[in-house]
Amino acid sequence: MITMLTNNTSAVETTPQQASPASEVEQTSAMETRGIHAWFGKNHVLRNVSLQFPSNSVTGLIGPSGCGKSTFLRLLNRMHEFIPTAAMAGEVFLDGQDIYRPGAAAAELRLRVGMVFQKPNPFPSMTIQQNVLAGPTLSKTKVANKKDLVEDCLTRAGLWKEVKDRLDAYGSSLSGGQQQRLCIARALAVRPDVLLMDEPCSALDPGSTLRIEETIHELSESMTIVIVTHNMQQAARVSDYCAFFLSEDGPGHLVEADLTKVIFSNPSDQRTADYVQGRFG
Amino acid sequence: MTTTFVPDKLVKPARPWRRTHRSILAMLGFIAIAGLSSTGIVAVTGLAGPLGWYVGFVFSLAVFGFLGSFFRDRVVAVDLFATVLICTAFMTVLIPWVSIFYSVIKRGAPAFYKGYLTTDMLVTSSGEALNLGGLSHAIVGTLLMLAIAALICIPLGIIAAIYIVEIKGRFAGAVRFLTQAMSGVPSIVAGLFIYSTLVILVFHSFSGIAGACALAILMLPTVTRTAEEVLKLVPDHLRAASYALGASQAQTTFRVVLPSVRSGLITASVLGLARVAGETAPLLLTSGYFIKLTTNVGNGAIGSLPTYIFSTLGAGTQESVTRAWGGACVLLALILILFIGARSLGGRNKGR
Repeated sequence: MITMLTNNTSAVETTPQQASPASEVEQTSAMETRGIHAWFGKNHVLRNVSLQFPSNSVTGLIGPSGCGKSTFLRLLNRMHEFIPTAAMAGEVFLDGQDIYRPGAAAAELRLRVGMVFQKPNPFPSMTIQQNVLAGPTLSKTKVANKKDLVEDCLTRAGLWKEVKDRLDAYGSSLSGGQQQRLCIARALAVRPDVLLMDEPCSALDPGSTLRIEETIHELSESMTIVIVTHNMQQAARVSDYCAFFLSEDGPGHLVEADLTKVIFSNPSDQRTADYVQGRFG
Repeated sequence: MTTTFVPDKLVKPARPWRRTHRSILAMLGFIAIAGLSSTGIVAVTGLAGPLGWYVGFVFSLAVFGFLGSFFRDRVVAVDLFATVLICTAFMTVLIPWVSIFYSVIKRGAPAFYKGYLTTDMLVTSSGEALNLGGLSHAIVGTLLMLAIAALICIPLGIIAAIYIVEIKGRFAGAVRFLTQAMSGVPSIVAGLFIYSTLVILVFHSFSGIAGACALAILMLPTVTRTAEEVLKLVPDHLRAASYALGASQAQTTFRVVLPSVRSGLITASVLGLARVAGETAPLLLTSGYFIKLTTNVGNGAIGSLPTYIFSTLGAGTQESVTRAWGGACVLLALILILFIGARSLGGRNKGR
């Protein structure tokens, strides 16, 4: 279950927001952030975000451009630190352990927290099959039956039927939507517990988008998914929970997080209501 | 319902992914242990001298790193070991670099006096006392020839690179192939070519221009190939954006592509200049050797730093050898100044 945990701005919301009674079912959270801040150089881009991502659910991160959603996402699998000026504060827990604790291995974390990027990025020098197996190969993980793993991942990514006869073709020979599903299959092959998706459909046509949304829905039965999207309808369609970010000329922060149906039908913050109804942003 | 409330207090930016002070201390300790053990090895075994100590040091690093991986957290130990190994490799590569600078400066320093950079050798023989004469003629000659060579070669090299990358003309493959072949031409062959054409047939004497042409031939492949690689880095969508605004190919190349890689092109040019600044053989055949300060590049021999070093070293006396080291010192400094100047020039106005 997800709770809104910032007390970012006004005196109006001094107490943490309670989620709706419907979400009171006890659920374990796969991942949790506590008081996360992010900086690029001196620029404070993300302020005090605390969120829980319940197991086997889809959480949508919504908000206008530049409000820190993608930065927040990249903090969850330690991709933030690749930017030379980046700094952060706060804790991110995966299975009760802070992923930023001293001595924590970032590479091992990323095996458990996969990522799908905005633009499809299959490795151009690898075939479809090699692309899917890239994760286990690169991390030197033993795979008992490669054929089964490839078929399983491609099926779960909704691409198997289209490519089963040409697994030795290069990834770049696929269409954009197929490439993105190949990237999802590639991310699945290391069997992550959490899958992060940074606007995975923004470069795709409606048909491919629909296909990937179905994929996300099926995947959420077995893993936790966090998805950044600019598309309100998409957030409403695929996510179980929604978190609304806003920057308001300062660092980005979390305005409200709740069940998706609450966010879209009865949000507790006026700014959330304005945003999901398209009145600003 | 689980709720975590985090007060929005002032927090400081941190970088938990950076090395901690403790791990840096561990690394220094590791190096110290390896150093001590190496001292022991030198005392006990046949290894001797600084080089022997260094061999023992690297050996100890490997052994202790291997042993350490059994006792400590494996990932941490491997990281520590790899870091120290890479630092050691860096130091190893640094040894010849530092040693060259050290010996050139140490042995060249006695040649310097107040007038060393401002007098020529017209009335001084290279065996005379070190407070007479100087190498102003060589500095001026080298700078003049480098300038002329740059004027000839840099436009040619960049145009060739534009032809290969931007125009992709019918002969692009041939031009690229010939450029690559040219980079293998021995410098003395370039000198002989200019000697047999410009020196014998056109000028009928040694000249600065002939020397500059020989240098330009040697520079051309370096400049062309570096410029080609730099131009290839320009993403195609930049060109597409320019074409989509109705720009012609020439406008796209000169107003969009070239400015966006300005600093890369400057680097290409300086690499070429640095490559030829120390060439001796072609200059002996084209610009000759001269002891008087002159700026006449059209007719007659002209001095240069490499030929100054070559000829004073050949004289064999102690003073003349010191003069040769002094010349080497000035040549190194000249190339360094060229590099720094070009870097600061290219760094201005963000141009990649």
